[in-house]
Amino acid sequence: MDDPLVIAGEEFSSRLIMGTGGAPSLDVLDRALSAAGTEITTVAMRRVAPATGHSVLGLLAGHGIRILPNTAGCHTAADAVRTAELAREALGTGWVKLEVIADERTLLPDPVELLDAADMLVARDFTVLPYTNDDPVLARRLEQAGCAAVMPLGAPIGSGLGVRNPHNIELIVEEAGVPVILDAGIGTASDAAIAMELGCDAVLLATSVTRARDPERMAGAMRHAVIAGRMARLAGRVPPRRYARASSPPASAGPQSG
Amino acid sequence: MATVIVAGGGVIGLSIAWRAARRGFSVTVADPSPGQGATHAAAGMLTPVSEATYTEKELFALGAASLERYPGFAAELTSATGEPTGFRRTGTLQVGYDADDLAVIDELHALHDSLGVPGRRLTARECRGLEPMLDPSVRGGLLAEADGSVDPRLLTRALLAAAARAGVQLIRQPVAQLIHDAERTRPGQAPEAGSDAERTPPGHAPAPGSTPAGTPGARPQQGIRPGGVRVRGVRLADGTELTADWTVLAAGWNSAAIDGLPADCVPPLRPVKGQVVRLRAPDGFLRRTVRGIVRGSSVYLVPRESGELVVGATQEELGPDTQVTAGGLWELLRDARTLVPGITELEFTEAIARLRPGTPDNAPILGPCPAAGLVLATGHFRNGVLLTPVTADIITDYLETGRLPEVAAHFTIGRFHGDHPGPGTRPEAAGRPG
Repeated sequence: MDDPLVIAGEEFSSRLIMGTGGAPSLDVLDRALSAAGTEITTVAMRRVAPATGHSVLGLLAGHGIRILPNTAGCHTAADAVRTAELAREALGTGWVKLEVIADERTLLPDPVELLDAADMLVARDFTVLPYTNDDPVLARRLEQAGCAAVMPLGAPIGSGLGVRNPHNIELIVEEAGVPVILDAGIGTASDAAIAMELGCDAVLLATSVTRARDPERMAGAMRHAVIAGRMARLAGRVPPRRYARASSPPASAGPQSG
Repeated sequence: MATVIVAGGGVIGLSIAWRAARRGFSVTVADPSPGQGATHAAAGMLTPVSEATYTEKELFALGAASLERYPGFAAELTSATGEPTGFRRTGTLQVGYDADDLAVIDELHALHDSLGVPGRRLTARECRGLEPMLDPSVRGGLLAEADGSVDPRLLTRALLAAAARAGVQLIRQPVAQLIHDAERTRPGQAPEAGSDAERTPPGHAPAPGSTPAGTPGARPQQGIRPGGVRVRGVRLADGTELTADWTVLAAGWNSAAIDGLPADCVPPLRPVKGQVVRLRAPDGFLRRTVRGIVRGSSVYLVPRESGELVVGATQEELGPDTQVTAGGLWELLRDARTLVPGITELEFTEAIARLRPGTPDNAPILGPCPAAGLVLATGHFRNGVLLTPVTADIITDYLETGRLPEVAAHFTIGRFHGDHPGPGTRPEAAGRPG
């Protein structure tokens, strides 16, 4: 496929990863997933039991979407490892989105527990995708620990504040040898496009779609925004200028004047 | 007299049984422990407005229609039995705790406007004027004056009494299986029906057209497809067979687990766990239902005249699990205490978990299905108590006339098989004002 997203040797054509939390109903989630065209979806293991049929996991199976279990709600490395083990047993996947949060108010990652948990999970042969702060040094350390991707936040979970520190995201992208997935903080389509323009390999979002008035339509908007941002990144933007320059100079004999 | 078997004796099944018996049907309800399912945990909020979302406008309309019927429904029950139902129309005050939560309240207010519902946006002081026990940090709120509440446990008791008086038979057993036409003709299958006096079947299905003129009840063959299945009754867990003209499936999230459901009649249900805490409060502690958004999570407190204060509810997709967990209780009490600090002094009386019958679009599944003689009344999810009167009316109207009332048009099982779009189609105006 053209320009695939590659994580731990596996290829995906969609660069939009969706979370399921906050959807008003299974039906709305169903339509939003279709509109998003997502191929990977993250599910909180503490909130969802493995069941087929008319359940969140049954719905994902119906779409053929890969389930990325996450450790949402865990505050310690030990807690996260336990949850990841339960997920591996229940779902038969060694992939895990690692979340170790510091407090309920900000839901920011606890960097020390996160790195500890990443070390432990890599040692247990998990494919670890850590949700991390937008800190280039921590991202580097997570990659060194053997994580399959790094997932810096744009802004706190559910805040919809967009990419608050684009400079740091660029620094992380510049240095990373694994995919960088912008995780959390997306509010609307332009935020997703900006993340991709900054060089992120993918965007993970949930609230901005599931809690929108029309989740299906917003999911479609996000799909296009991610594609647009990716294309713009690959195309290479023009350098910004202080003053105007006519796009078709009168004296030019170039093709654009024809 | 046309016969009806209702599988499930929660508020939905019992109210259908009572209404149908009052209209002249001979009705049997089968449930091993009536009123002990989702009904037993339910807080009994009657809040169609506060539960509304942009993607569920038809469900809101059904809830509003049901709330409209509640005063008459409750009064009729009480006059038939002398039993109270706890029905009150004291309104709902929905409050936001911090600035982010208040933004959610404003969004809800905009939704109410778009639904044409008069909701009053209140300042923090006005909220605390109405409910002095609210924490001073509460930022503001929204008052839905038409909302009410009912006590589902009292309602169950009243419905049981009313049903018994109307001649409904109650059999304390689960329905294990549906009996089809084809199966009945197989020799050696049916145990002796009616061998147990307490389990007298409501009657054998008469031949089509044999009902004497003047007795109520449309014949179930209406709408039957050529070659389709006809349901003739049920087999109970102990093997007893009950035959009837109509079988009504009202067994909550278990409805899909009954054997013998034709594939196109299986309701798409999943159990959604809810944990609920009950406290005992002094008189006037809270005057109306208080719902709050506290740092992004939702909680409600429903006061009753009896002094009971119900705090709920979690919403967990964990399969058929009814464990009460430390985390569930902690989240409920944390948020309730943040809103109403005084609850820490109240007596704790109960913690309970039950399973709501969830459907893909959160709306119930009502009315006929492709199998003749089988009627669905399940999948009420978070709204079972609210939707009880309208469901009972819809189902008994259908049994009597063979036609589904207009109010139920969006809620048949056909919507899951592409017959019509059903509720929850794309909202029309999704643009935010301003």
